[in-house]
Amino acid sequence: MDVQETIARAHHEEWARVVAALAKRFGNLDVAEEAAADAFATAVVRWPADGVPPNPGAWLMSVANRKAIDWIRRENKRDGKQREAQMRYFDDEPEPLDAIGDERLRLIFTCCHPALSMEARVALTLRMAGGLTVAEIARAFFVQETAMGQRITRAKAKIRVARIPYRTPSVEDLPGRVSGILAVLFLAFNEGYLATGPDADPIRPALTAEAIRLTRLVHALMPDDGEVTGLLALMLLIEARRTARVSESGELVPLGEQDRASWDAAMIAEGHRLVRERLASGVAPGRYQIHAAINAVHTSARHLRDTDWSQIVALYDRLARIDPSPVVTLNRAIAVGEVDGPRAALAIVDTLDDRLAGYHAYHATRADLLRRLGSMPAARAAYDRAIDLSGNAAERAYLARRRDELESRTRDQSLSRDPG
Amino acid sequence: MQYLLSVIAEGASLADDAEMAAIDVFNEGLRAKGHWVFAGGLGTPDTATVIDNRHGEEVFTDGPFVESKEYLAGFWIIDAPDLDVALKLGAAGSKACNRKVEVRPFLSNPE
Repeated sequence: MDVQETIARAHHEEWARVVAALAKRFGNLDVAEEAAADAFATAVVRWPADGVPPNPGAWLMSVANRKAIDWIRRENKRDGKQREAQMRYFDDEPEPLDAIGDERLRLIFTCCHPALSMEARVALTLRMAGGLTVAEIARAFFVQETAMGQRITRAKAKIRVARIPYRTPSVEDLPGRVSGILAVLFLAFNEGYLATGPDADPIRPALTAEAIRLTRLVHALMPDDGEVTGLLALMLLIEARRTARVSESGELVPLGEQDRASWDAAMIAEGHRLVRERLASGVAPGRYQIHAAINAVHTSARHLRDTDWSQIVALYDRLARIDPSPVVTLNRAIAVGEVDGPRAALAIVDTLDDRLAGYHAYHATRADLLRRLGSMPAARAAYDRAIDLSGNAAERAYLARRRDELESRTRDQSLSRDPG
Repeated sequence: MQYLLSVIAEGASLADDAEMAAIDVFNEGLRAKGHWVFAGGLGTPDTATVIDNRHGEEVFTDGPFVESKEYLAGFWIIDAPDLDVALKLGAAGSKACNRKVEVRPFLSNPE
């Protein structure tokens, strides 16, 4: 491994640990972020010249620590008041070690605090725990770099001024706070997976990979939490199909048409193993675990025709009991369409009109069912509506092709009916 | 660390008897747990007077500084070690007075 790779790897492995340890020690996320960034910048200069230290993590930690102390000294000179405030913060009694001792978990819980806006939580988590630069995060969310910088700065200021505590939540608050973290990670993953925005790349692997890496970290820190395991499995089973999901011409390829041989077998195996682990636990699954199980059924089928659709309907039934949302009903209807036919599915889908009329997938699903039932004009109208509402270029391209195929098929049919 | 819990009300109605009783219970809890600093209910915004004395001449304006559907109906000042505790107290306060509550930190933290 060359030095650059070693640095990249150390960044992946040590960034969150360094930031978390500094944040704990100095009670200030700004110091932690600046000092960690400085330490890695120093490594980039020094390691190629001096050689990689025997323990890169310890080296980075000690350099970052020194940088943090320098930073605070500098700030103290600049502003006497700040010093007073900061000293008071340091003097706080050290907290007793909680059940979950890892500093990185405190960091993630703090970044995902419910008093911060969802946008701020995602940005802060990717920066502080993921180590992405502000520029990278700004690019990923199609926001100006200065705006993204302000978003992160404002979130850090709120943490400091309103004193959002730097700790893992109490046992009673834990389930709610963990699902808050999972929502942040899944949002980051989804943004990478199905990017919205006019000029967005349809898929941004860096963001999905980062979300998986952070979820893996949370899973390693809380291995007994079923929903964390479920989300990791879910992400892996979706990510495994990433390359099969967009064609060379930049068009979305739906599950049924994907080249299953190009799915990532290792990721699928890991996802399946995690799903089996949860099944064996005997504990009632939450929504991420059920979603993971649904994806496990899909990815177990070597060919589309081997898909166990009744199993998928059963899983959606189970999901609907804990998440009775119209989107779950819609996805269940798609599976019902494979078991009981398009007419049964359309009857369910049509009950959702008042709630999902603004959702592209609702119209895309209707379009497909109407097509299978031979109602071409209605199918065309539904494709048009789906295309209007979809924010993803690859998806629009796919829907437009399906619509146009519809037209040529209608034309073929009318030609064949034409006696001349 | 001190926080201001502002009670955000809509419409002109004051707290009713049940709400007042619940607020008393909440206040007792604040005192018992050492969170209490100060609290009070305010007259409706139409009883407010705005004063501008920035230019050497006292100018009085009848009514609140900002007209809006929602207004400040009262507040608590509480002592809490961090925002998590303040948010929990804010949630209990919101339930007690049956209105929305804004939690905001004081800048200086006298301890």
